[in-house]
Amino acid sequence: MRRFLLAVAAPVLAIVFSLALVSVILVISGHPPFGVFRDMVNYGFQPRSQVLTLNLATTYYLSALAVAIGFRMNLFNIGVDGQYRLAAMIAAAFAGSVVLPAPFGQIVTIAIAMVVGAMWAGIAGLLKVTRGVSEVISTIMLNFIATGVVAYLLTPGRLAVSVQGSNNIGTKPIPASGQVPGISLLPGTTQQVYGLILLAVVMGVGYWFLLGRTRFGFDLRATGRSEPAAVASGVNVKRMVLVSMLLSGAVAGLVGIPQLLGASYTYSLDFPAGLGFTGIAIALLGRNNPIGIAFGALLWAFLDTSRQILDLGGVSKEIVTIMQGVIVLAVVIAYELVRRYGLAQQQREVGRRLAAEESAAAAAGVAA
Amino acid sequence: MSVTELTNKTRGAAGAMPWLANRWIRLTVFGVGLLLVMSLVRLVTGAGDLISSGTVGAAVGLAVPIGMAGLGGLWSERSGVVNIGLEGMMILGTWGAGWAGSQWSAWAGVLAAVAFGALGGLVHAVATITFGVDQIVSGVAINILGLGVTQYLSAIAFTGKAGGGPTQSPGIKSMGTVTIPGFSSAMGSIENHHWFLVSDLAGVLKGVTYQVSYLTIIAVLLLPLTYWVLWRTAFGLRLRSCGEAPHAAESLGVNVYKYKYIAVVTSGALAGFGGGFLAIVAAGIYREGQTGGRGYIGLAAMIFGNWRPGGLAAGALLFGYTDAMQLRSADAVHALLLLAVVLLALLAVTYAARRKVISASVMAALAAVILAWFLATSDLPQQVTYMTPYITTLLVLSLASQRLRMPAADGLVYRRGEGG
Amino acid sequence: MVANHDIDLVVRRGTVHAIVGENGAGKSTLMNTLYGMHKPDEGEVLIDGEPVVMHSPSDAIARGVGMVHQHFMLANNLTVLENVILGQEPTSGWRIDFDAARAQIDEIGQRYGLDVDPDELLEDLGVGDRQRVEILKVLYRGAKTLILDEPTSVLVPQEVDDLFDALRELKQQGLTVIFISHKLDEVLSVADTITVIRAGTTVATVDPAEVTARQLAELMVGSELPSPETRESTVTDVPVLTVEHLSLAGPGERLLLDDISFTIHQGEVLGIAGVEGNGQVELVETIMGMRTASDGRVLFDDTDVTHWSTRRRREEGMGYIPEDRTRHGLLLEAPLWENRMLGHQTTPPNAKGALIDRRGARADTERIVREYDVRTPGIEVLASSLSGGNQQKLIVGREMSGDPKVLVAAHPTRGVDVGAQAAIWDLLKDARAKGLGVLLISADLDELIGLSDSLRVLLRGRLVASADPATVTPEQLGSAMTGVGGEAA
Repeated sequence: MRRFLLAVAAPVLAIVFSLALVSVILVISGHPPFGVFRDMVNYGFQPRSQVLTLNLATTYYLSALAVAIGFRMNLFNIGVDGQYRLAAMIAAAFAGSVVLPAPFGQIVTIAIAMVVGAMWAGIAGLLKVTRGVSEVISTIMLNFIATGVVAYLLTPGRLAVSVQGSNNIGTKPIPASGQVPGISLLPGTTQQVYGLILLAVVMGVGYWFLLGRTRFGFDLRATGRSEPAAVASGVNVKRMVLVSMLLSGAVAGLVGIPQLLGASYTYSLDFPAGLGFTGIAIALLGRNNPIGIAFGALLWAFLDTSRQILDLGGVSKEIVTIMQGVIVLAVVIAYELVRRYGLAQQQREVGRRLAAEESAAAAAGVAA
Repeated sequence: MSVTELTNKTRGAAGAMPWLANRWIRLTVFGVGLLLVMSLVRLVTGAGDLISSGTVGAAVGLAVPIGMAGLGGLWSERSGVVNIGLEGMMILGTWGAGWAGSQWSAWAGVLAAVAFGALGGLVHAVATITFGVDQIVSGVAINILGLGVTQYLSAIAFTGKAGGGPTQSPGIKSMGTVTIPGFSSAMGSIENHHWFLVSDLAGVLKGVTYQVSYLTIIAVLLLPLTYWVLWRTAFGLRLRSCGEAPHAAESLGVNVYKYKYIAVVTSGALAGFGGGFLAIVAAGIYREGQTGGRGYIGLAAMIFGNWRPGGLAAGALLFGYTDAMQLRSADAVHALLLLAVVLLALLAVTYAARRKVISASVMAALAAVILAWFLATSDLPQQVTYMTPYITTLLVLSLASQRLRMPAADGLVYRRGEGG
Repeated sequence: MVANHDIDLVVRRGTVHAIVGENGAGKSTLMNTLYGMHKPDEGEVLIDGEPVVMHSPSDAIARGVGMVHQHFMLANNLTVLENVILGQEPTSGWRIDFDAARAQIDEIGQRYGLDVDPDELLEDLGVGDRQRVEILKVLYRGAKTLILDEPTSVLVPQEVDDLFDALRELKQQGLTVIFISHKLDEVLSVADTITVIRAGTTVATVDPAEVTARQLAELMVGSELPSPETRESTVTDVPVLTVEHLSLAGPGERLLLDDISFTIHQGEVLGIAGVEGNGQVELVETIMGMRTASDGRVLFDDTDVTHWSTRRRREEGMGYIPEDRTRHGLLLEAPLWENRMLGHQTTPPNAKGALIDRRGARADTERIVREYDVRTPGIEVLASSLSGGNQQKLIVGREMSGDPKVLVAAHPTRGVDVGAQAAIWDLLKDARAKGLGVLLISADLDELIGLSDSLRVLLRGRLVASADPATVTPEQLGSAMTGVGGEAA
């Protein structure tokens, strides 16, 4: 019980702090904070918004999961952004051109996305393992390179065609046989939840299982906690780094797929960008825990959905971005503080209990 | 291969030629050699822009923000704190410059840029030094926050202003430039003769003396100033000791926390200055996303330079050059391929001479591939040239990372009193 | 944690005064008090006859007391000069006056016979030179009294001689040296007075000319030295671990391990004695597969495992008790049951196929806690909450539970209290009787003599001497470890 409280203390503290700070900003710019928050909540809980939130959360969840795999290994995969865009584009191009009967089409599309994402991340992993290049910088560079590659491929004549009736360019639209139908989850709206929300759930379960229940997962977590101890216990660290980056990239490749196969059916110029950094924020918020990340993703998605209402009230939508940024910073500080407090507590606790045991044993010895 | 590596290698050859032992002579030899190679490639390909005064001027101009970010990274890491948040601090700087520079004057913009960047540095310092948060995580958080804050502030401050909008500021008042009158035009006419080597040299000289911004001059001066402060003063020695052996410094009475704070705030200020340059000199306006990853490239330049100002300058120039090339004529970029082939071939030869068979073959294979590409195409699509600085960064880091030495306590969380 | 009580210490100016005691006897606490790291609860410290109160090392430095720590506090990437002047730089304005600094350092070096080049980079210096830089640091700040904490623990014999020459020179110049050690032969050769500390208090102050090493040792321990027990030898003739001509190259031309060969049989404990830093870490890590040998072979039960991975070696029955348990032996922020799995995460009871067996691991951890007397309120507790001794007991229990055929144990009772130490020794002896082969690396001569069936001495990466634990004395071993003696016994 106490462990659970400690675990949620930090994010709760961070959110509260962020709300307070944003309230101050709102007051300074002449808006009533309570009114603004109330508007957001009302709007956000409308059925249509809820569905949009769930859909957004699906994407965010996958992104955060990909980042979290790296984090557990002390690896910073900042490249999720480039990995998912490249993967989504290539998968979209494939699904648009090669028509396979369902469900093979969808399965192959998903597989291609995972492979592309894994390979892109694998470049950074390989450079780290063979040349000692920091994965922080290499993944960031690969993000930019991915932008260039996508831009290059997404031109008419290569992988893209003009979207009818607009200036947009996109990959060939995916036929109905390759799409994934949505789920009508909530009454009161015709908006459907992405069918591939199930994929996100499956990935979450897989993440939990892989990391918590397998030998590989144990090795991975050990390496993240203490590399020297892992080496002494027999882990091949280089192999572990490479495999972790590949796994992280594979999951990253999935980030754009629910939307691709569930709504847009094409990768075009306005395909959402920046989801990689959102994933980092949520992974930090959720402490790399599959349930924590789920809550974080829902919170983030809720904020992003409900911010739409702010325009009506004359409040700049970016206040939500600030809220999110402050939450991230506050939560990492809070986690550090809570961690230290928790450690000190436990050491004192252990000392106390052992002393109690010893005096009990001594008393028993005397009595006996 | 880093500049330090290359100079170290030639130091080995100095046994045979003693006059090579002096560092300045080595650098001059290296510079002349590079000029020679580039001149040759220009002649072969006819791509005048490869080393023209225009290109050199642009390269220096684009090197400044990268170099300033890298300098910021240097200050921070020399005190033991990794600063990935340079990009965010740079973004804050661009915004500050856009806001103050469009309202008052360019110089006000510079001050605001520095102040905003320093503020970002302060946040990073508090998170990592006082609270002991993981330094990379804090840096990433600051990048996210920097973007968010500037977006919000832009929406408030710039909407409704002439030329402004939620993603850009009104035009920034311009700042003057410096030109050495007779010299520049003289160099210019020599350059126009297109003579081998001499014209190219003249082009380089003109590029660095024609319409140079005041901020460029300041930036260039900051490099030797940094060297002097960090390596020649007591303050600098203590700061560096915090990044090398903080507990040793603590045992000698150095207040490690204080020096780390100063270093990180300074690093934010420098990154902010780089952002200010981008907004004021390079673009004349604040625009969302104009940093384009230069904060990270600056970090790469710092690593390439082995955490020293001189090497950092070389790295920044290299990356600035590739950045500038994107914007030049198409056949100049195409010629860049041939240049890459020649340099890679030279590298392959040096690796082979040192019996590093695998590295030599990889270099040679890469050179062959790029040569084939060069011969098969006549120009490069714009998206590919866009990637040049980033690919170069990756390539350079792959070659250089293993030989470099970062400050010994870089990235470690320091807590007072926990020493041996 | 042994504090100090009733310490009486008088040090005369211009002498070398040694303080001896076992590990954990309270020497460090005393030195920290003298250096201002904490104030005494009772009693006082007098310097030159005047009582002083020191709140920090800066106060001590101001009073002319300088400390040279056992673990050097030096920055590798800075030069000697920069290391020495840090914090007290001679400046003209903002600039460091390098010439003045260099002159000062040269002057001190000349005066006290400490020969170091101020412009050399610290990391290019050997251990003896580094120590000289530490002493220079202290003299540069005007110390008149030097405290040296276990100064010879990392030196080879030649360097020890150089150090003692320097100390005599300092004494000549009127400085006072206080010198903490547990190396009795050295202390006897250089000190003018010796104070013995045991269990936190001073027990005797003697004149080295009037006392033998054995007497000193008995004062330190408080009783007769333990003599190795006579018992039936359990050594068989079945080799379980053989090392042939093992060499490990280091940076440059240094050989970290130089042509090492030995054989351990079932039921045998082979002890390796040696001053820290002579190749012990490298030997252990090469045998465990964490480093790749540049020459030679490692044979485990007649199989050549030289190219096997660490994991495979451990799965086949090599147990490992690492020297630095917090870095190599434990995941400090993981619960005890996960730590039980560390090193054995691929075998039952910790794993079933590709999955980990949490229930099995937990149950087994409970068993280990019971059988090995690990004091902890539970197995969900984080490893960092346990005391060092209990951490070590857990590690020993974990390694023994893997039914190892050979155990590589580096300093298995370091930092462990006496009771736990005896328990661990008994465990090792029992296991040996059942056929376990043990490679024992230790700095504790009692441990080595008491447990080993045969002894070797490691010096600069080579095995330089062998000894019979039944007949060898600590002094003989010590000489061999420092390179003075040759074959002992």
